[in-house]
Amino acid sequence: MIRFDNVSKAYPKQNRPALRDVSLEVERGEFVFLVGSSGSGKSTFLRLILREERTSQGQVHVLGKDLARLSNWKVPQMRRQLGTVFQDFRLLPNKTVAENVAFAQEVIGKSRGEIRKSVPQVLDLVGLGGKEERMPGELSGGEQQRVAIARAFVNRPKLLIADEPTGNLDPQTSVGIMKLLDRINRTGTTVVMATHDQQIVDQMRKRVIELEKGRLVRDQSRGVYGYQH
Amino acid sequence: MRAQFVLSEIGVGLRRNLTMTFAVVVSVALSLALFGASLLLSDQVNTMKGFWYDKVNVSIFLCNKSDGETDPNCAKGAVTGEQKKQILVDLKKMPTVDKVVHESSDEAYKHYKEQFGDSPLASSLTPDQLQESYRIKLKDPENYKVIASAFAGRDGVQSVQDQKGILENLFVMLGGMNWAARAVMALMLVVALMLIVNTVRVSAFSRRRETGIMRLVGASGFYIQAPFIMEAAVAGLIGGIGASAMLVLGRYFIIDNGLALSEKLNLINFIGWDAVLTKLPLILATSVLMPALAAFFALRKYLKV
Repeated sequence: MIRFDNVSKAYPKQNRPALRDVSLEVERGEFVFLVGSSGSGKSTFLRLILREERTSQGQVHVLGKDLARLSNWKVPQMRRQLGTVFQDFRLLPNKTVAENVAFAQEVIGKSRGEIRKSVPQVLDLVGLGGKEERMPGELSGGEQQRVAIARAFVNRPKLLIADEPTGNLDPQTSVGIMKLLDRINRTGTTVVMATHDQQIVDQMRKRVIELEKGRLVRDQSRGVYGYQH
Repeated sequence: MRAQFVLSEIGVGLRRNLTMTFAVVVSVALSLALFGASLLLSDQVNTMKGFWYDKVNVSIFLCNKSDGETDPNCAKGAVTGEQKKQILVDLKKMPTVDKVVHESSDEAYKHYKEQFGDSPLASSLTPDQLQESYRIKLKDPENYKVIASAFAGRDGVQSVQDQKGILENLFVMLGGMNWAARAVMALMLVVALMLIVNTVRVSAFSRRRETGIMRLVGASGFYIQAPFIMEAAVAGLIGGIGASAMLVLGRYFIIDNGLALSEKLNLINFIGWDAVLTKLPLILATSVLMPALAAFFALRKYLKV
């Protein structure tokens, strides 16, 4: 599903590389926590998977494709098989819940009938049935994140990337979000989640990958958060 | 591609930047109107030059039958074959003469018809009313006087005309106007392009949230860029329509009505509606393609896929 082979990434004007010689593999259907302090390279790791950045050295394979060899115009096609969720939700404030989710299908040219069918379905899945016509501003943080997850999942991606999805949420709400991500994982979708949330990592007991100053320092199945911050 | 989605995006974008859109429309309209005016001015000059203007320097008109009664230079009647031959021989002997072409009265009639085809005078004219002539190209155009003194007043010669003398000054002025129009056009074009680039940049910035999400869910580059490019194209098209209207109204008010030059200067042959209308497709196409291209290149910089 994801394979990093000796991946390094250096940004111009920074003396320390963001990632240094990282090699790992994530199998289909896995749930992986990505932990590490700020600046450890988590975001770069995720951006490389999304091909928002290219590696300086080494290869990244996502869904069997070598991203270095993927031409620019094929990148959108690749991203359609990925879903993305962020700490700040990134919803469109002037569109309703249903429109926000539908937007992800409209812009890749899905038919109207398909959208009408899949949007209520996915909103039910994330527990927002009945709130289709609400505006994002009227929803709680947890509900907004559920909309974002619905939008990421509506095209049934094979891989879901979550960058600190509970970072703005209180512990109780976070548990709800984690249950949802776990449910999505059980449908066969691979989930990679960067997080700072010790409680969640310790509770879920999933594979944990820890980065420190750009190096892979720990890769533990059924791991815990592992360090104090 | 869902047309409705794209159209609504365009509408939203154009309204959001109403002042910028207005500036784009006006600058495109002005630059293209000047572009069209410059083309029409060239057409006008060409129309006025007629068949021989650029080809010869001096014309020797020979007497025809009807001149014998009306023109004192032709008191001895129409030119004879002998006289014609002598003139040609003498012309060829002169070192300053580069080329001599004989124009028969039938050819003169044909050329006249081409230039003044739609005027009422042309329809009443017959070939034998026109003079035959020698059209002479000089090695040095300044030597016109040599020809004039050699042939004016000779039997069978009605008149010797310096072809450029009459219209030269007018054409110099029109040429100057043409260059001025082109210079202003170039400037307006640069302004229009910079406005378009800036409008697209503002538009892309104010919609970066949408485009960011579009990128993430895998919308194609074309799908992301199309609304911005179409926005520029629509604004440009409105400008192009404005420019076309200015040209049509310009011809109407300068030549037909208003200034009514066609009545006041009825010896000059003005460009017709066909000259104006044939320019419009070019202007409309430019008005769409130029902003679209400018937007496309601006987006490559501001909207990475």
